[in-house]
Amino acid sequence: MDIPRYWRLRNQRYRLEGTECTECGEKSFPPRCVCAKCKSDSLQPFRFSGKGTIYSFSTIYQALDTFDKDIPYSIALVKLEEGPLITTQLADISPDEIKIKLPVEMVIRKIYEDGEHGPIQYGYKFRPVLNK
Amino acid sequence: MSKIMKPIRQTGIIGYGAYIPKYRLPASEISNLWRDGQDENFLPIKQKSVPGPDEDTITMSIEAAQNALKRAGTDPQEIRAVWVGSESHPYAVKPSGTVVSQILGIVPDTVSGDFEFACKAGTEAMQAATAFVGSGMGDYALAIGMDTAQGKPGDALEYTAAAGGAAFIMGPAEEAVAVLEGSYSYVTDTPDFFRRAHQKYPEHGNRFTGDLAYFHHIYNAVTTLMEELNLKPSDFAQAVFHQPNVKFPRKKAKDLNFTDLQIKEGLLVDFIGNTYAGASVLGFTAALDKAEPGDRLLLASFGSGAGSDAFSFIVTDRIKKVRSKAPDTQYYVRREEKIDYARYARWRKKIVMH
Repeated sequence: MDIPRYWRLRNQRYRLEGTECTECGEKSFPPRCVCAKCKSDSLQPFRFSGKGTIYSFSTIYQALDTFDKDIPYSIALVKLEEGPLITTQLADISPDEIKIKLPVEMVIRKIYEDGEHGPIQYGYKFRPVLNK
Repeated sequence: MSKIMKPIRQTGIIGYGAYIPKYRLPASEISNLWRDGQDENFLPIKQKSVPGPDEDTITMSIEAAQNALKRAGTDPQEIRAVWVGSESHPYAVKPSGTVVSQILGIVPDTVSGDFEFACKAGTEAMQAATAFVGSGMGDYALAIGMDTAQGKPGDALEYTAAAGGAAFIMGPAEEAVAVLEGSYSYVTDTPDFFRRAHQKYPEHGNRFTGDLAYFHHIYNAVTTLMEELNLKPSDFAQAVFHQPNVKFPRKKAKDLNFTDLQIKEGLLVDFIGNTYAGASVLGFTAALDKAEPGDRLLLASFGSGAGSDAFSFIVTDRIKKVRSKAPDTQYYVRREEKIDYARYARWRKKIVMH
């Protein structure tokens, strides 16, 4: 049952909230208790812009039971504008369209449904930037 | 008794936003599978929008509301009501509005809940948001009409049941892109279309669908609105009607003496299908995208069960400043990737394994 975990992490998953070190300005995602750069414990919440580029990617054909009905789906390491590298699923893109350095943006999507009776978990994924 | 509804405090649309998923299922796919293509000359629309496998009414509401917030420029913390109108809320019990509010940063100082009134749940939310702001209970309220509509495989509704919708931030008239001149709602108990609890697909009451439901309710809502405001069809730059197919809104416009040109901007159904609670409001965002300051716009929804909400808005100068801050509705209409029936059936969980 993932209800407590998702509830605890909801601002991270829903709003891409990490931390910013008040001493050296280093930004982290996921949030940290101690700055990885200067070891300060003076950190404050920081909301990332949700913009970035694809650093690396892979497409999943053999998935965990939770995601078995979603295959094939793609995951990526996304380099956020503010620096951190995060792991994420990709949305609205087929595997043959994914390229290194492709600009992407955060969207909220369903991550998974916990069976027929459990909660629906939402969180960030990244898609190609809308070319408006 | 005056029938027109107008809040004590002048109110209008501060920001608006659209969202349509990118996938499209051509009507010919459904025709070929279920009718061997025999109805290919009588298809109600060309294609319909289909949500991606990880999209639902909550995720699409967030996208539309984010666009509305960009145009409104409002601090989310100042929004005091969040209402999502839909007939495809992901949960039977647990509001879509709370997830939307949390993700948009509106919580905790807000009221939030879900509306259901078939295809007019979105305009019902707009009426409530107008009243909320107009009474002074809060300065800003977010109303959303959004659906991932369900159509039974092989049923006539499957051709058109689509996904998408729009969000509106209602607020004081001084900040509005379109000020509400007045609204009127017309409701009766009519059994034209329904979905029982725990059922996956809706049923339609056949002969009730047209004359007794769609045409009767919109006619009464719009004519009463115009009479009460002393307006005639030619006073409106654009009119947007609920659009379950191409034929109905065209016929309705003709019955009410609106020209084809007056319904052109908001008539999207041929390209994206019937987005149910999102249909009339999505068309209205397309009309706002093209509107000039001073234009008068008519919005008339229809919801089965049945009822119609009719609104008259006057567009302000502010529309030109905010329009480009979010993608316009036609951008989402044009953004498309066609899929086949097999992918549609898989994504929409039409294949049930026991």
